[in-house]
Amino acid sequence: MNFFVLGVNHKTAPVEVRERFAIPEARLPEALAKLTSMDGVEEGMIVSTCNRVEIFARSQNGHCDLQQFVREYFGFSAGEYEPYIFEHEKLDAVKHVFRVASSLDSMVVGESQILGQVKEAYATARALGTVNSQLDQLLTRAFAVAKKVRNETTIASSSVSIASVAVELAEKIFGSLAGKSVYLVGAGKMCELAARHLIAHGAKKIYVGNRTFDRAVALANKFDGEAIPFERLYDTVPWADIIISSTGAPHAIFRKEHGEKFLHARKNRPMFFIDIAVPRDIDPGLNDLDGIFVYNIDDLQQVVQSHIGDRRKEAVRAEVLVDEEVRRFEQRAQTAEVVPTIVSLQQHLENLRQAELDRVRGRLGTLSPEQEMAVEALTRGIINKIMHTPITTLKSAAHDPGSTTVIDVVRKLFNLQPEQSQETPAVSPAPAPQPERKAVVAVPEATPALVKQNQK
Amino acid sequence: MPLLWLRVATVLYGVGLIHAILMLRQKGERSGRIAAPAVGLGMVFHFVSLVEVAGLHGYAELVSIRHAESALALFIALIFTAMYLRYKTASPAALIFPLIFILTFASALSEHHLTITSSSIFGGWIFFHVCTLIFGYAMLFLSFVSSLLYLVLSRQLKLKQASPWASRMPALQEIDELGYKALLLGFPFMTIGLLAGSVVAEERFGATFVTDPKVLLSLLMWAIYLTLLYTRWSAGWRGRKAAYLASVGFIVSVCAWGANYMSKLHRFIAP
Repeated sequence: MNFFVLGVNHKTAPVEVRERFAIPEARLPEALAKLTSMDGVEEGMIVSTCNRVEIFARSQNGHCDLQQFVREYFGFSAGEYEPYIFEHEKLDAVKHVFRVASSLDSMVVGESQILGQVKEAYATARALGTVNSQLDQLLTRAFAVAKKVRNETTIASSSVSIASVAVELAEKIFGSLAGKSVYLVGAGKMCELAARHLIAHGAKKIYVGNRTFDRAVALANKFDGEAIPFERLYDTVPWADIIISSTGAPHAIFRKEHGEKFLHARKNRPMFFIDIAVPRDIDPGLNDLDGIFVYNIDDLQQVVQSHIGDRRKEAVRAEVLVDEEVRRFEQRAQTAEVVPTIVSLQQHLENLRQAELDRVRGRLGTLSPEQEMAVEALTRGIINKIMHTPITTLKSAAHDPGSTTVIDVVRKLFNLQPEQSQETPAVSPAPAPQPERKAVVAVPEATPALVKQNQK
Repeated sequence: MPLLWLRVATVLYGVGLIHAILMLRQKGERSGRIAAPAVGLGMVFHFVSLVEVAGLHGYAELVSIRHAESALALFIALIFTAMYLRYKTASPAALIFPLIFILTFASALSEHHLTITSSSIFGGWIFFHVCTLIFGYAMLFLSFVSSLLYLVLSRQLKLKQASPWASRMPALQEIDELGYKALLLGFPFMTIGLLAGSVVAEERFGATFVTDPKVLLSLLMWAIYLTLLYTRWSAGWRGRKAAYLASVGFIVSVCAWGANYMSKLHRFIAP
């Protein structure tokens, strides 16, 4: 569990600092190569987005100096960047990675972009081979946690931008926007942005009405829409389901009496007016009519705010989920720590059994298949009985903080070979002293010699 | 046994109803997690109960008032299930479950074995009359629920205070279309059902049957049904006006159903 995270993000550093840390995609391979060449760094990956530059690493021996990497790679002098960076290690690092992937650490909590960005960074690092074992498991788990958070909370279900709220409301009124028509009154930038969002969600026909007809034509051409002279505004508005108004008119251009006519012309089919002009283009009285829904810029802003509030509440639930997942990850990692010991214990005893069987086989003479089976069962039974207690102790010790001591004791008692790639130094027992080894009846390497001796 | 199954179904519908009401202010689709399985299981028991009734007493028994109520409840539950599957929301439950529960409850409560007096009218006509009308009633109820949902949702959209309940609802236009389709589909059934009833009544009681309160209320209900359809088709009535009219239609239809207990001609008497 030797994970490390170091980085700057929107919470710890202003953009002037973040941009100095940013690593463009093209330079990522070089940075990753440098990172993994650092002393103690076994695996590493770098997430570089506009809101964060973070380095995830795993060390072999429990120590790695990511700050040194920052100093060397970016050429910072000591003390220049310290106030802006954050560092986490071990379980805190795991939790941080889970939170980032689940978008709990994002500026707009619950936004979906960050997961894609982390996935991209992971794919790059994986392709370069700088992520290959435990960091790989951590990231795979982080993606699963992100999915779980998304599915089990409503953190990402509401829109938090004006344009997406407008689309959401339109969908609440009309269902699918496929085939719906949109009328842009005024040819401003905001109108254009909202229209783009609506088209992206299926809106078909775009009408543009503007006092300067040329500008209407220019905007209509962008969407393959239809420009309509401003004089025909009131006759043509009923053609559209969604009307976005942003003219510079000093007074309301749509009033209640217009609304009544529109509804009559449309046989009461609903209409959605979005008023993004200040001063307002649409008289609020229009909203009183059955079938007409009017939202002005403040209304939309209010929906955005309430959605942001909802997300914060959901984030609390999501944090609980993440904590649970961190605990589970820890348990799994601990279980993984005892597995090599169990395997080598089984292997060791099996080797002993085989060696002893071979040794006495000459004295037993020819055995019938039944006798052969009985001997097998007998020896296996003894070994299983001997192994039972150490294995259950190891398994139950996996979840204790003192598991490493138990692993150590078992390894020493049975004189097991130390693991080649043991993760924590505490887990790796010191190599057993040679004299002790001699006391044991048979070590695997010695088996053939012993067998030969016995045969003689 | 059929009564036991029906009572089990009633309890399950009750669970669904309570949960649907409690979950009105909850976020997400949690209301569907208990309500939908409870009602689903309730429907299975309900169906078994009706099949057993038919097996024990023959199909004709189903037209007795108790079983007609029970059958109508099951039919409405089926419509709810279809809506749940189509729109992936259990939100209309708060409006639909009370009726399902009341109908099943009334049916499960009555100990009397009420049935139609004369065996001569146990013909296909009566069976046809009851079945088509059950369908017509269910559709009328569905369009009533739709118009209420439309009204509530459009009010929330206008007040700009979308509740969690509203956020789980289908879109306004989908609700509207659902209600309209229910009207379109239910109207022919109601018309044919009433005609079938009239034919039987004419044959048995002569032309005077028209003055019976049950018959008068049924005719009024049919007229409102027609008006609803006409205003929707010609002027596109939606929202408030349509909801008021549909509410009147619903009240009249409840009265027409309730008139079974008062009518002289259209009676179910204990044998």
